[in-house]
Amino acid sequence: MLENKVALITGAGRGIGRAIAVALAKEGAQVIINYNGSEKKALEVKQLIEEQGGKAVTCQCDVSDFTACEKMIRDVVAEFGHLDILVNNAGITRDGLIMKMKEEDFDAVLNINLKGTFNTIRHSARQMLKQRSGKIINISSVSGILGNPGQANYAASKAGVIGLTKTMARELGSRGITVNAIAPGFVDTEMTEVLGDSVKEAACRQIILGRFGKPEDIANTAVFLASEKADYITGQVISVDGGMNV
Amino acid sequence: MLEKMSKMIAEQLNCDASEITSETSFKDDLGADSLDLFELVMALEDEYNIEIPAEELTDLTTVGAVIDYLKNKGVEA
Repeated sequence: MLENKVALITGAGRGIGRAIAVALAKEGAQVIINYNGSEKKALEVKQLIEEQGGKAVTCQCDVSDFTACEKMIRDVVAEFGHLDILVNNAGITRDGLIMKMKEEDFDAVLNINLKGTFNTIRHSARQMLKQRSGKIINISSVSGILGNPGQANYAASKAGVIGLTKTMARELGSRGITVNAIAPGFVDTEMTEVLGDSVKEAACRQIILGRFGKPEDIANTAVFLASEKADYITGQVISVDGGMNV
Repeated sequence: MLEKMSKMIAEQLNCDASEITSETSFKDDLGADSLDLFELVMALEDEYNIEIPAEELTDLTTVGAVIDYLKNKGVEA
C-alpha cells in the first residue's frame, strides 16, 4: 500500500513510534527511524523491520532543536529524493500538579511535543510543496482534548498540536498535502508503565472498552492516514482511545 | 530578464507569459495568493541559487520589483 513512499517517524525507538515505523514498513514504505537518546532501541527497530523484509534506516536528532531538524530533513531528502510521510510522534511527560510544576518541566514538554512538531513540519513543508503531495500525521493525545489533572504541560502541548494540525491543513491543503492528528488514549507503553495500579484502574473506568490500547492500535490508524485511502481527510483529530473521548 | 521571469511566473501561476509586464502585480493581476508567491520565491531561489529572506517578500508585489530585487542581489539575466 505504501511502496516507494519515504516515511520519517520521530521518536520511533519505542512505544507508539516504534509500532508506527514497523507498520509503515510492513506496507512497503522506506522508513526513517528518528531517535534522540537510545541508539540501541532504534537499531532494534531497524533490525526488526529488516527481518520482516522492510527497509529502514536510523537517524539521531533532537526534534526540539530547530537547526538539527533542518539538517535531518535535508539529509533525508538528499538521500531518498523525496519525503512522503511525516509522523510527529516524539513526546515526553513530566507530570505534576500545577502548584509543584517546575518551569523547566513545562518548557521541556512543550519544546519536544509541540515545538518539535513545528520544527519538522517547518522544514518538510518546502519539499512537500514541491512534490505537491505529502501526509503529515501528528500524535496528539486525549489529554489535549479533555485535559488531565497533573498534565498541565503535556495537555497544553497536545492541544497545541491540534491547533498546529488544523492550521497546517489549511495552509498546505491546496497543494495536495494532508495534515491530521491522532489522539491516543491510554496505551501500553513505557510512558504509561510508570503509572501506579490505582491510577491505571481509575483510567480504565473512563475507557468505554475497559482496557488500555496497544501501540498497534495507533499504528493501524497511522497507516490508514498515510495511505491513499485517506486522501480526502485533512485537519482532523482521530481519537483512538477505546471511547474515552465520547 | 523579463522574458525569463515571465516564463517562470507563467509556469508557476498557470497564466499566459505574453501578458506579463514589469508592472504586473502578482496579487491583483495574476490572482496569486501568498502560497503561490512563496512557491515562486522557492523556484527563484533554486534557479538563481540565492536565498530570499521571508521579511523581504512583502515588498515584492510586482514582476518589476522582483527583477530589481534580483539585480540588486547581483543576479544577471
